[in-house]
Order: sequence, then C-alpha cells, then structure tokens
Amino acid sequence: MDWLTTVDHKKIGILYLIAGGLFFLIGGIEAILIRIQLMQPKLDFVSAQTFNELITMHGTTMIFLAVMPIIFALMNAIIPLQIGARDVAFPFLNSLGFWTFFFGGLLLNLSWIVGGAPDAGWTSYMPLASNTYSNTHGVDFYSLGLQIAGIGTLLGGINFLVTIINMRAPGMTFMRMPMFTWAVFITSALILFAFPAITVGLVLLTFDRLFGANFFEIANGGNAVLWEHIFWIFGHPEVYILILPAFGIISEVVSTFSRKRLFGYSSMVFATILIGFLGFMVWAHHMFTAGLGPVANALFSIATMLIAVPTGIKIFNWLFTLWGGQLTFNTSSLFAIGFIPTFVMGGVTGVMLASAPADFQYHDSYFVVAHFHYVIVGGLVFGLFSGLFYWWPKMFGRVLNEGLGKITFWTFFIGFHMTFFVQHFLGLMGMPRRVFTYLPNQGFDTMNLISSIGAFLMGVGTIVFLINIAVTAAKPKNAPNDPWVDGRTLEWTIPSPAPEYNFKQTPLVRGLDAYWKEKMAGNKEVPAAEPVGSIHMPSPSIIPFMMSVGLFIAGFGFMFAKDEFANGFVGMLFNNYIVAILGLVITFGGMFLRSVFDDHGWHIEPEELEDKGVKA
Amino acid sequence: MMNRWHAVKRLLPILAGLALLLSACGRADLSTLQPQGPIAEKQYDLMKLSIGMMIVVVVIVFLILAYVLIRFRRRPGQTEIPKQVEGSHKLEIIWTVIPIILLVILVVPTVKYVFEFAQDYSKDKNAIQVKVTSHQYWWEFDYPDYGIKTGQELVIPTTKKISLQLNTVDVLHSFWVPSLFGKIDTNPEGNTNKMYFEAPKAGVYRGKCAELCGQSHALMDFKVKAVDEAKFDAWVQEMKAPAVLPEDPQLAAAFEKKCLSCHAVGDKGGTLGPNLTGIGNKQAVAGVLLNDETPVEENLKNWIADPEKVKPGSKMPKVTLSTEELDGISKYLANYKLQYDNGK
Ligand code: HEM
Ligand SMILES: [Cu+2]
Repeated sequence: MDWLTTVDHKKIGILYLIAGGLFFLIGGIEAILIRIQLMQPKLDFVSAQTFNELITMHGTTMIFLAVMPIIFALMNAIIPLQIGARDVAFPFLNSLGFWTFFFGGLLLNLSWIVGGAPDAGWTSYMPLASNTYSNTHGVDFYSLGLQIAGIGTLLGGINFLVTIINMRAPGMTFMRMPMFTWAVFITSALILFAFPAITVGLVLLTFDRLFGANFFEIANGGNAVLWEHIFWIFGHPEVYILILPAFGIISEVVSTFSRKRLFGYSSMVFATILIGFLGFMVWAHHMFTAGLGPVANALFSIATMLIAVPTGIKIFNWLFTLWGGQLTFNTSSLFAIGFIPTFVMGGVTGVMLASAPADFQYHDSYFVVAHFHYVIVGGLVFGLFSGLFYWWPKMFGRVLNEGLGKITFWTFFIGFHMTFFVQHFLGLMGMPRRVFTYLPNQGFDTMNLISSIGAFLMGVGTIVFLINIAVTAAKPKNAPNDPWVDGRTLEWTIPSPAPEYNFKQTPLVRGLDAYWKEKMAGNKEVPAAEPVGSIHMPSPSIIPFMMSVGLFIAGFGFMFAKDEFANGFVGMLFNNYIVAILGLVITFGGMFLRSVFDDHGWHIEPEELEDKGVKA
Repeated sequence: MMNRWHAVKRLLPILAGLALLLSACGRADLSTLQPQGPIAEKQYDLMKLSIGMMIVVVVIVFLILAYVLIRFRRRPGQTEIPKQVEGSHKLEIIWTVIPIILLVILVVPTVKYVFEFAQDYSKDKNAIQVKVTSHQYWWEFDYPDYGIKTGQELVIPTTKKISLQLNTVDVLHSFWVPSLFGKIDTNPEGNTNKMYFEAPKAGVYRGKCAELCGQSHALMDFKVKAVDEAKFDAWVQEMKAPAVLPEDPQLAAAFEKKCLSCHAVGDKGGTLGPNLTGIGNKQAVAGVLLNDETPVEENLKNWIADPEKVKPGSKMPKVTLSTEELDGISKYLANYKLQYDNGK
C-alpha cells in the first residue's frame, strides 16, 4: 500500500526501475525469440504473423517501456539529490506520471493475451497500421497504450524541467550543475517539445482506427507520408531523449573513477545543448527513400552530419578526462569505458547513414538494425548499467557484487558485439530488415547464426545481473555515504540510501563538483545554507493510481466498443461506451478530488530529524 | 580544395584495402558491395569513402582509449590527487575543426549524387519507361510504351536507361535491387516516386521489398533480368503475342474459369494477379520458389495447391482444382516458355 500511494521521488525511482526492468525482460525475451527464428534460413519457429508482432512489440517495449523508464528511474532517484533538493517540484504529478506509464505499458502488453499484438512495426506506418491491413486490436493497443504511457513521460519531463530550474541548492548556478543534471535538463526539454507531436499523431491514428476518421486513409483523401513526418518529428528527438542521459551518466562515472574533473565542462554543456537542438532538425533522414526530393534530402543530410561535431567533442572530452587520471576498474567504470568505443562505432555509422545517396542502400536493411542497436544498446544500455552499478548503493544502501558485475559486463559486452557487428555486413549484402525468414544460399546464414548466439550471451549477462540483485538484496544495508570514496557531487554527502527528506539542511554549493571541492579544502561536509528546521513533506496519495486505473479501463472501453461479445451483459457495457465512460469518470473524479481537497502535507520536526538521521 | 584532395589521397590506401575486403562479401547479384551498375557503383564509392573516413576516426579513438587505459590506470598505493585539468581550448578547437573538415569531404559528393540520382528521365524518349506497382506481396511491371505488363521479373535491355515510376495499390513497400541501385519507396497514387538506373551487364539480379508490408514482407522478392537489345525486342514481341491456352479443351476451360479471372496470359485474362505469360522460363515462382533448385512444374504445383503456405497472407485464394487439373495446369504453365531466352 505504501508503494501505491508514495509520492517520494526515491521510491518512485525504484518503482520505475522495477517496472522498467520487468518490461526490459519482456522485450528481451521477444528479442531472443526473434533471433531463434532467424538463426537459420527458412525456420518455422514462429509464424510470419507472430514474427511481425514480436518485432513490433520488441521495439515498442524496449523504447517506450524499458529504457525510457529506467532513465526515469535514475532521474528520479538521483536528480533531486544531485542538485541538493528535498524532492521534485511536483511530487503528486511524479506519482501520476509513473502510474500512467505503468498502466499504459500494461495495457500494451495485455495485447498478447487479448486481441492480438500490434504488427505494423514500432513505427506503425500507415496504411499498414490501418483497420484495412491490420484488423486485430493490435494497433489499437499500440495507440492507446502509448497514449496513456506518453502522458506519464510528458508529466515527468515537465516536472524535471521545473525541478532543475527552481529547486537547485543555493550557489548551484547552471554552470555548476553536474553533467547528469544537465543532460536530464536538456532531455526534459526535448520531451516537452517532442511528445506533443506523438500525442497528436496517436490521437489521429486512434481516430482513424476507432472512429473511421481519414487522416491517413488514402482512399478518402488522407496522406500516408504525413504519418511518417509526424512520427519522426517525435521519433528522432526521442533517440536523443534516450542517449543524452547516458552521456550524462558516462560523464559522472568517468570523472569519479579517474579522480578528475570533467575535461572541458563548458564545452560539454554547450555540446549537449547543441545536440538537443539539432536533434529536432533532422527527422527527415528517416525518410530519404520516401521521395522528398533532392533539396530536402541534401539539407537533411547536411544537418544530420553536423550532429557528429558536438558528439565528437563529447567523446574526446571523455578521453581527456581519463588522460592523466587514476582510473579504477570496476563494473560501473567498465561499462562506461565499454560505452566509449561502442558508441563511437554507432556514431560513425550514423554519419554514413546521413549521406542520403548511400542511405538509399542502407535504409531499412540490417545495416540500420546494427547502427541503432550500437547506439541504443551499446550506448544507452551500457550507460544505464554503468549508472545502475554506480548509484545502486545510493538507491538501496548496498553495493552490487563486483564479481558478478564483471561477469555481466563481459558476457554482455562480447555478446553485444557478436550480435550486432555482423549485422552491418548482412545489411550491406542485401538483407532487408523486419524479415521473418530468408532464403538459403544468399550468404546470410553464418552471420545470422553468429548473431543469434551473441543474443543468447547477452541474455546470460542479464540473468547474471538479476542474480546479482538477488544476492545483493540478501546482504545487510551497510553502504557508506560515499562508497566510491571519490564521489564528487552532492548525492554522496548524504547517507545511503538517502533519508526521506534527503538533506537535513539544504547544502550551500561553492563550486563545480561541490563535494569534491570541500574535500579538497579539507572539509568533511558541504556547508549548510540554512539552520536545522522543520521540513515540509507532501502527503502520500492514492489518487494518481486511481486516475491511471481509470485511463486503463477507459482504454479498454473504447477499444472494444464496436466488438461483439458472447455475453450479452458484457456486450451491453462495452457497446454503449459504459466501460469507457466509467473509466473516464474515475480519472476525472480523481482530478476533481485532488482539486477540492486542500492537502497541506506534513512536517518533520527538528527533534525527529536527529534520530532519523542517525538511523538512516 | 587542396586540402580536400590531400585528405582523399591519404585515404586512398585504406580505401584500396577496404575495397578488397568488402568485395569478398555476398553474392554478385545481390550485394551492395559488388555493384553491377553505375548507380550502385557510385553509391559504393560513397560507402567506401565514408567507411574509410570512419575507420580512421574509430582507430584514432581506440588508440587514445587504449593508451589511456594502460597508462592511467590507478596503481596500488597511488594516493596523490591527479591534477584537476579544466580543459584546453586548443585541443577542443582541434576536435571541433577536424570533424568539420571530414564532413565537408563527405558532403561534397553526397550533394552531388543526391541531385544526380534525382534526375528525371520519365520524359526521355530513349529511356525504357516502366511503371512499377507494388501489391501485397508481388510486383507488377507495366511498360506503357510497349503495352505489356509482367509480374515479378523486370526484363530490361542492357543498353538503355530504365526510368521507373513507382506506386503502390495497398500499403507502402520499397523497391530495392542492391547490386544495381538503392531503394525507393512506393507511395500511393498521387505521390509517385521516380527513379532511373542502368544495368550494363547482362544477368539476373535479385530484388527485395524493403518496407514492412505485412506477413509476407520477407518473401516479396523479385528479379531484374538484363538482356541484350535483340533479346529484349524479341521478348517484347513474344509478350504481345496472343495467348496460348492448354491444348486439352477441358483443361483450357478450367484454366480460363479459375485462373484467368485474376491472372492474364497474352491478351486474355484479368489484372488482379501477376501476368503469367512465359512463366515457364522465369527464375522463380511467386518470387521465392527458385526454379534452379526445384523444377518449375513442381514449384507451380506447390504454389497453386496452397499459396498461403508459401506466402502467408497472400491474396491469391486456394482454388479448388481436381488433381488432374492441378497437374495439367502446372505442366501447361511450366511449358509456357518464351523463346527470346533460348540462347542462354
Ligand atoms: C488455378 C488458378 C491460378 C493459378 C494457376 C495461379 C498461379 C499463380 C502463380 C504461378 C503465381 C506466382 C506468379 C509469379 O511468380 O509471377 C501467382 C501469384 C498470385 N496470384 Fe495466382 N493463380 C491462380 C489463381 C488466382 C486467383 C483466382 C487470384 C485472385 C483472386 C490470384 C491472385 C494472385 C496473387 C494476388 C498473386 C501474388 C501473390 C504474392 O506474390 O503474394 N491467383 N498465382
Ligand atoms: Cu513489401
């Protein structure tokens, strides 16, 4: 119950981690099934239809329901601590954001059980995604599930923008913000601008499918290429929403474990902003073959290539952070170090793809599959692993097991390169992507086999990670404040795990890497900006959970409104939109309750602080 | 400009090695790394240039990383604090400017080829005009200047430019012959895409659909068959010849009734399915049942007996035929060969 009502950012972070982890497993199982099917030519492990559902759900799940929430988990767990805040700006919204994400994801995944999974690819191009060509409820689950989950992301983005702008500790100017905070700040801004686009797109798609609108139905004057634009105006920034936090994590980890400040901090900040900005200008590079004409293709080619410049700045700054440092090798730093070459390889193939005339060959081939997995898995997932090992003690009070961690790193790292490196060549040799099978004797067989074996290895790495979590959870909570000894930022000044109110006294920041700076000055602690006083805390609330359940029910209600049911009563409920309306009533009821009842929260008094501080 | 050539010259040895390595990859009739026509060749040049440059970048990063990892690891007993370097404007400018120079080298040919590949030959009298129409899950090729239509196998002369206008009748597909040219999407009518290519070497090239288009997307293969001009003219003549129906009148009647409602042979039949004229000497039945592996007749029989089994989601129904009819029609179609290709 405590977990259903919590509005504490640290607990919400853990919820995000659990839910994201769960979806990550589902997405991973889907990936393994795909790779089993493609292990050899002309296998019959799954049917063509199931295969299309698997790739669609794998992509959608991984992007929206797995890596995104794990990013949110780290954002929630760490950002307020890094900026010396007691919570996020809107704790209630934070909880609402989590629950809408969770129920959106649940709705989407229930499609496996009721009504057929979506099968039009994670991009859901029209008209393949229309009722005419995809006549199960699959794409409805996609559009409604993502719509509900998207609310959560948007709320989270806004929340973190406000939190970072308003709630930094005294003295923490923008140019003293830790790099992870910067990255999350830009990411949140991207979410703010990109998610409305997909929201609109999904609404239009839903209208087409459920109410017979014709936004994309060609026969009735709709436009199929329009969907591509809407999707990618969101979809391209989305990949930067994913990768920027990983950049932030790497910056923290690399500088902590080499005991040096980040090389070229201000150029890092500038590069991050620039990447965020350019991320919006390049969506049409996903559409070079759609026939936009040479002028558009040339301009989008050039704009895309430009992103390589700030990205290159980041890479070299990381290398020169290591230069002259004292590097400790542990699982977290191994993942960060593994990130650098892997991401560089993903980045350079990105530049290759940016050249439109050559992209005519790469597009929609396995080359692209290799490229984006190098960026998303080799970049983002490596970054997330690195961040999880790094901040795990701060989140749970326990340091993850190093031995198991290293096994995870090596199996995952080797498995990853085995899986995806050969796919570059598969693509160049003419293998299209999203194929459920291929004919023998085309030169594809060996590489596909290698690729599948690599995928199994990555699976092993993930399982070892889960074992690690279990083993660690069984040990006592004894991590010190600063388990890495060389922590540089504010989160390491408070106990692990952080107490409910984070900071007994708001810290005073006197420079970049506030904690490190004090340590170097011989101080044990960061000075406080205020006297010990009573701390205001927000009250827990079940309303966010209820509101999300309402949306979840409404989603089902709308989806099945036109179906026929064996049971007359159930049919009556659905066909008259009673279920849909009931769901909306619950949601709006929640909003209403939230607005009428004033809740002033509660306080932790200084006397209580004393014993709590000791205990935690 | 000086600068650019200098860099290119330095890259040349790498490119040469690379070309050797890459060209060992894949089938000549399928791989983008073994281009068989001018467009694919230019695309391959661009690929080599970019891969070469990118390898240089990757190698530099790897070397620095390896050096750093070995040289700057923390040694036991090391307690002094490393110097907290703020950054270096000189270095940062270097790694801003060098990538920009590299990109300029890549941008120049990119822009050049973007415009070159976008040229429109659809009004050119000397080019062969073909309207490509994609269907779930087959390709239709219409030669308006000759009044003929085929399915699954695009026959072209080696001597001329081929100018394509592409559309789809259902969902989006993408037309791709890796060894001849990159892909281009087929959008619905009104959003026609144009493309041209040449295939100067006679031969058969494998083509694929590259845009997810439903269950049998993976099986939406087709062939491009480049023949010399004389053969091409012969082919056109034979395609225009009147239909040859099965000799056995009963079989002919069954064929007309049950197959020609959708398919055409010669001047007879419908347009819902691929034109079957000369299917006996095509490379494959339904694009994926290859005739050099299994006899045409057997492939035809398998296909007609259960299209869904060969291509899940296929729009061709399972037609009720007696065993004799199935055998007879398969045999007839297997023997429906055009003479233009006999010398092969
Ligand atoms: C017994 C009569 C039929 C015969 C012998 C026959 C034969 C064939 C053959 C040989 C192909 C492959 C063509 C190629 O590879 O170029 C094919 C494909 C096709 N046929 Fe038929 N067909 C028959 C009936 C029909 C009917 C009645 C329809 C329409 C309702 C139809 C619709 C199609 C379609 C849409 C395809 C393309 C399938 C794909 O590639 O996905 N066929 N047929
Ligand atoms: Cu297709």
